[in-house]
Amino acid sequence: MVSAAGAAELSIVSGGVGRDIQTLRANLDIFEKRTGHRVSIVEMPSSSTDQFAQFRLWLAAGNADVDVYRTDIIWAPQLANHLLDLSQYAEARQAAGEHFESIITSQTVDGRLVALPFYTDAPALFYRTDLLEKYHLEVPKTWDELETAAKTIQDGERAAGAGNFHGYVFQAAAYEGLTCNGLEWIMSHGGGQIVEADGTISINNDKAAAAITRAASWIGTISPEGVLGYQEEESRGIWQTGNAAFMRNWPYAYALSGSDDSAVKGKFGIAPLPAGENGSVAALGGWNLAVSEYTSEPDAAVELVLFLTGVEAQKTRAIGNSSLPTRPALYDDPKILEAQPIVGQWREVFANAVPRPSAVLGSDYNEASKDVWDAIHRTLSHRDDVHQNLLRLEARLRRLKGAGWK
Amino acid sequence: MGASRRRAALLFLAPMLLTLALVAGWPLARTIWFGFTDASLTDLDGAAWIGLGNYLDWLPYGDGSGEWIGLLVDRQWWRAVWNTLVFTFVTVSVETALGLAIALVLNADFPMRGVVRAAVLVPWAIPTVVSAKMWAWMLNDQFGIINDLGMKLGLLSAPVAWVASPDTAMVAVMLVDIWKSTPFMALLILAGLQMIPRDIYEAARIDGVNPIMTFWRVTLPLAAPAILVAVIFRALDALRVFDIVYVLTPNNSETRTMSVFVQENLFQFDQFSYGSAASTLLFLVIAMITLAYIRAARLNLD
Repeated sequence: MVSAAGAAELSIVSGGVGRDIQTLRANLDIFEKRTGHRVSIVEMPSSSTDQFAQFRLWLAAGNADVDVYRTDIIWAPQLANHLLDLSQYAEARQAAGEHFESIITSQTVDGRLVALPFYTDAPALFYRTDLLEKYHLEVPKTWDELETAAKTIQDGERAAGAGNFHGYVFQAAAYEGLTCNGLEWIMSHGGGQIVEADGTISINNDKAAAAITRAASWIGTISPEGVLGYQEEESRGIWQTGNAAFMRNWPYAYALSGSDDSAVKGKFGIAPLPAGENGSVAALGGWNLAVSEYTSEPDAAVELVLFLTGVEAQKTRAIGNSSLPTRPALYDDPKILEAQPIVGQWREVFANAVPRPSAVLGSDYNEASKDVWDAIHRTLSHRDDVHQNLLRLEARLRRLKGAGWK
Repeated sequence: MGASRRRAALLFLAPMLLTLALVAGWPLARTIWFGFTDASLTDLDGAAWIGLGNYLDWLPYGDGSGEWIGLLVDRQWWRAVWNTLVFTFVTVSVETALGLAIALVLNADFPMRGVVRAAVLVPWAIPTVVSAKMWAWMLNDQFGIINDLGMKLGLLSAPVAWVASPDTAMVAVMLVDIWKSTPFMALLILAGLQMIPRDIYEAARIDGVNPIMTFWRVTLPLAAPAILVAVIFRALDALRVFDIVYVLTPNNSETRTMSVFVQENLFQFDQFSYGSAASTLLFLVIAMITLAYIRAARLNLD
C-alpha cells in the first residue's frame, strides 16, 4: 500500500530473546521518523525451530503480508528461492562489502545475495567472578577444569544452604540449540563436524561418543535434570537469578546479566568455551535480514534492511544488547567497547567460530539437524547407549543423503 | 419415494455436498495424491508421480547392499503411532471415568448448581495453547508450583523436570489433556443423564433398590449411548492431538504424536511428500479405529 507521499506500510517478522524486540522497535521508530514509512513487527516465539516452520509456510504460500524476515544464518540455502536478490540494488552491493566476508558468503546462494547481516553470534562461557574467588579457582580453560570447578562451587554453595544451586547450565532441549551445543562438544574433542565439508558423514566415531558421554555425565551431577528441556532463555533464568556458577550462552545474555535487576550484575565474566583435546570450539550463529520475493514494496523493504544492518543501527544494538556487529569497523568503536567489553573480546572468538554443516546439507539440513539433536538428546537422557544412538544416527543420515545432499 | 421427491432431496442436499467436497474432499484427495509424488514445499507445482516410494522403497548404497526405506519401515513413524495410541487410550479412559463422576454430581440437585456447572467448564474454555503454556510454567523444574508443592508436602525429595525427563514427559502431556478435556466429557455425559426419565428412579426407590445397584442397573445402561458417543468424540480429537504436545514438549521423541510427525515433515523438513504420505496413513489409522469402535460399540449413528 502506497500512500500519497510515497510512504510504505511494511512489516518485519522477527523472533527474539532477551531485549531483541524492544531494541528493534527503537530502531524502527528512528527509521519511521526519517523516511515516513510505517513498520510493524510480527513477533515470533524464541525457538528458531518454531520460527523456521512458520517462515517456510508463509514463503511457500507466497504471503505478501510480511516484507522483511529475520533469518538464521543457516537458513539461506533453504529459503533462497523465495527471497529477493539484494545484489540488484547498488546500495546493497556496496553495503555488502562493509560486512565480514564470511557472513556475506554464507548468505549468497547461487550468486544471489539473499540477506544482509543483522548481527553475528558466537557463544561464551559465562562465569561468576565472586564464586571463583571464594573457592580460589581459576577460569576453566578445559572441560575437565569446568567439571571440577562446577562441582566444587555447587557442593560448597549447597552445603551453605543454597539447595537450588547448580554448577553449569546450558541448552539441551531437543531443538536446533542442542545441535549447536553438540557440535561444540564433539568438535572440541576431535570428533569431527558431524558432516564434513565434502559431505562425508563422520559422526559415528569414538571421540564423538566420548564427547557426548561426557556431556551426559553432567546431567544430574553439575547440571539440573531440567537442562534437557532448556533453551537459551531457561538457562539464562537460572543464571541471572544467581543460581548457577557457569553458563553456556550467546552474547545477548551479557547485556542482560549486567542490567540493574540482575542478581549477578558486576559479579560475572566471560571466556571462550572450554577446550577439549582439539581446542575450544564455538558454533557460529547470527541473524540476517532478508526481503520476501512476494513483497509489494521491494524498494522500501530494501531501504529498511539497509538501515537496520547499517552502522548506526548495529551500533545501538551492540551498546544496548551486546549484539555482535557484522561490520569489522565497529569492533574498534570506543563507545561500544566501553559499554560492552564483550564485543572487543569476542572478535577473535567469532573469527574462529565453526559453522554448522548447513551449506553442504542444503535443504536436507533441518531434518539432519533434527536427527542429530534426537540422537544427542536420547543419549543425554540415558535412553539407549551412545554407540547405538550414533550408529542409528549415521544410518538415518545416510538414508537422508541417498545419492547426495540436496 | 417418488422421483420428484428424490430430485427435491438431491437439490436440497447439493449445496452441502458441494461445500463438503470443496472444504474436505479436495484437500484430502490432494494430500493423498501428494503422498505418491516427490513434492517439495518450495515447488509444489513441480511434483512428479513416484508411486509408493514414500511408503516403501529400496535404497541401494551403490555397493550391492542397501536397505528398505519409507514410512512403513520408519521406526520414528511407528513410534509416533504408538505414542498417539497410548495417549488416546489413557486420556480418554481417565476423562470418561472422571467425566462420569462429575456429571453424576452435577446432575444432583444442590444450591448454586448453575454456577458450579459453569465453573467446571473453565479449563475447556481456555485455548489449548494458553493452558499448555500455563502448565509448562507450573511444571517447570526450577520455578514451577507443582514441584514447590510436592517438596513442601514431602511428596518429592528433589524437583522433577516433568516435561524434560523422558519418564515423565508423556505423563505431563496426558495430565494437561485430562485437565482440559474432562469438563467436555462431563458436559456430554450430563446431557445424557438428563435424558433419563425421573420416574424410573422413583420406581427403583419404591422397590427399595440401593443407590449403587441403581447406578449399575439404571443409570449406566441408559446413559451408555451418550457416553459411547462422547468417547468417540474425544478419541477422534485425541488421535489428532497436536497443540499440547507441540507447546509442552516440542521435538521430543517420547511424546511425538502422528500429527506432530506430519507437521515436522510437511513444514520443518524438506519432506512435503513424505509428510503427505504420513497424513494419509494418519487418516487411515483414525478411520479404521473409528470404524472398529462403531462396530464394537454397535453404535447407531443414523
